[in-house]
Amino acid sequence: MNASLVKRTLAAVAAVGALATGMGAAQAEDVKAGFVYVGPIGDHGWSYRHDIGRQAIEAELGDAASTTFVESVPEGADAERVITQLAQTGHNLIFTTSFGYMNPTEKVAKRFPNVKFEHATGYKRADNLSTYAARFYEGRYVAGVIAGKMTKSNIVGYVGSFPIPEVVRGINSFMMGAWSVNPDVQVKIVWANTWYDPGKEGDAAKALIDQGADIMVQHTDSPAPLQVAENRGVLGFGQASDMIKFAPKAQLTAIVDNWDSYYVARAKAVADGTWESKDTWGGIDTGMVEMAPYTNMPDDVKALAEETAAKIASGEFHPFTGPIYDQAGELRVAEGEIADDGMLLGMDWYIKGIDAELPK
Amino acid sequence: MVRLEPRRQHSQAMVYLSPVLAILMTLVVGGIIFAFMGKNPFDALYTFFILPINNSYGISELFVKATPLVIIAVGLAMGFRANVWNIGAEGQLTMGAIFGGGLALYFHDSESILLMPAMFVLGALGGAFWGAIPALLRTKFNANEILTSLMLTYVATLFLSFLVHGPWRNPEGFNFPESRPFPDAGLLPIIFEGSRVHLGTAVAVFVVIAGWLLLSKSVIGFQLRVVGKAPQAARHVGFRQKRMVWFTLLLGGALAGLAGLFEVSGPIGQLQPSISPGYGFTAIIVAFLGRLHPVGILFGGLIMALTYLGGELAQITLGLPNAVTGLFQGILLFFLLASDVLTKYRIRFGSIAAKGRTA
Repeated sequence: MNASLVKRTLAAVAAVGALATGMGAAQAEDVKAGFVYVGPIGDHGWSYRHDIGRQAIEAELGDAASTTFVESVPEGADAERVITQLAQTGHNLIFTTSFGYMNPTEKVAKRFPNVKFEHATGYKRADNLSTYAARFYEGRYVAGVIAGKMTKSNIVGYVGSFPIPEVVRGINSFMMGAWSVNPDVQVKIVWANTWYDPGKEGDAAKALIDQGADIMVQHTDSPAPLQVAENRGVLGFGQASDMIKFAPKAQLTAIVDNWDSYYVARAKAVADGTWESKDTWGGIDTGMVEMAPYTNMPDDVKALAEETAAKIASGEFHPFTGPIYDQAGELRVAEGEIADDGMLLGMDWYIKGIDAELPK
Repeated sequence: MVRLEPRRQHSQAMVYLSPVLAILMTLVVGGIIFAFMGKNPFDALYTFFILPINNSYGISELFVKATPLVIIAVGLAMGFRANVWNIGAEGQLTMGAIFGGGLALYFHDSESILLMPAMFVLGALGGAFWGAIPALLRTKFNANEILTSLMLTYVATLFLSFLVHGPWRNPEGFNFPESRPFPDAGLLPIIFEGSRVHLGTAVAVFVVIAGWLLLSKSVIGFQLRVVGKAPQAARHVGFRQKRMVWFTLLLGGALAGLAGLFEVSGPIGQLQPSISPGYGFTAIIVAFLGRLHPVGILFGGLIMALTYLGGELAQITLGLPNAVTGLFQGILLFFLLASDVLTKYRIRFGSIAAKGRTA
């Protein structure tokens, strides 16, 4: 079966399903989903992956759903207008896909109680406002294990966006993964102060490689740092999507955001009238976090990476298992305990051993 | 061979008609581009330029979007007229937001009606302070204000980032980079119930009128115009260039600072890492679109705001890419500059040798 046939079959199945539930449930309605993106859909990272999720809704629900998106919406006064316009133009399910949209989303949600809102990576919820995010730190731990095995200089270069808990948590998780196989690894961090700026991201990567880094990790959205790694002959990890075509010789794996199943499930919930406000934080086990194929590494490293990811997915292992000390030497998570989600969500401290200071 | 030859006299009417002409040409070319993209050009132009303002909500949002552009552009235009090239309004905007917004954060329990006026003053001071640095560097060390004001923009943005990531971070905000919400006393009153049109919009109108009076009726306005048009004559009669540099950078900075304060105490309601999608830079286009005249700037600001709103709706209703917004703004500027060139110069075909010494 070719891809378009699969799509059409799925669409037909979905349409029949929608029809069937339509007869049963009184609240059934066609889904008109609107998406607000912080970057261009061509960023090949964060916004691109959300847009793939949007397309999954269209593919799965077929005629029962239509979707719209607005890209590169600044996280200031403009967001509220764009979200309002989506609500006013008949969209009944609106995804706002960046942390900075939290307050505008909350404001608009109050004014449109019949529209369902989904805000990514935030913490404010309401009866018609859900939140969702993914446990990318799980993927970063796996990446750390690979980096610990693959580095020769024992220096890892890390391009950060902003020192928010999401990114700090990722650095801590990555380094715990790296130290689990190689205690001599050191990390050098450069803050690009942007989520998407290929020029700045690339410059940061160059500076890190000049300082001896032979593994490039990024928490920014463009493929630029990985491309720099490719050109300089060092290794690296893709961000948000499988970036292998940008760096066929450099990419070890990528931590892929996969919103497809969540978006489809939420759209279906609106279609059959079962949508409820909730908070979702999914990891490798739910498929929200995916590891791109392991490439450019020997088989034993690949096997170790697969095993680590499988242990995290099964719940056998949690990256933030104590004892965990912060840089001041204070015990934050006791031996054998696991950091709770509250601590993870508000993480604003580096673990002991990271030789850098968190920008304050 | 094609040459541009200066016109001895250029039509005064064309100076004011050229923006209108530029807008018409933009519509035509825009329509052609839409047609090539497989959209009905009339539908697309309707979506882009009419749909955003065919209801009261849309019009109110147009005012909200145009407010910072107009306020900043009036200030910049004063400087541009006197050949003082303040490119750093974005930074001055940011400092205004930091100074004024900082006050609201310091008094976050306040219910005093004095808080808002004090924020106005501090917002304007913050912007003026950031404009004073390039003025000082220019008058003391002859440093180019284009470079210094632009570079200070990045300093201001990073300073704001530092504040909201660190000392001014909301203690109840789960460590996310944003300040506390401002207290009600630190939020601009809404002018039209149910919209986001705030007191800042009224101030923008006041700024336009005051700017007009300043330029046309005051001595300093006269000096601005003379210094810009005939610097040597201005020196000859004793107008001091340095005073103009100080005046325009302080005024431009203060207005940009006010605009920044209005953004954070109006539609945003708190400090966060990103408070402006580049209003300080867009205002430069607005200033020229409005012929460096406050009333023209009012229209220029509204038109520029409309292209943003239209770009959003074109994405929502037509599925056009966001790049269309930038494309429209680019085409508009292109035709405006082209019209200006043709107002001041005429095109001559043929070589100089064939025509003789015409110039």
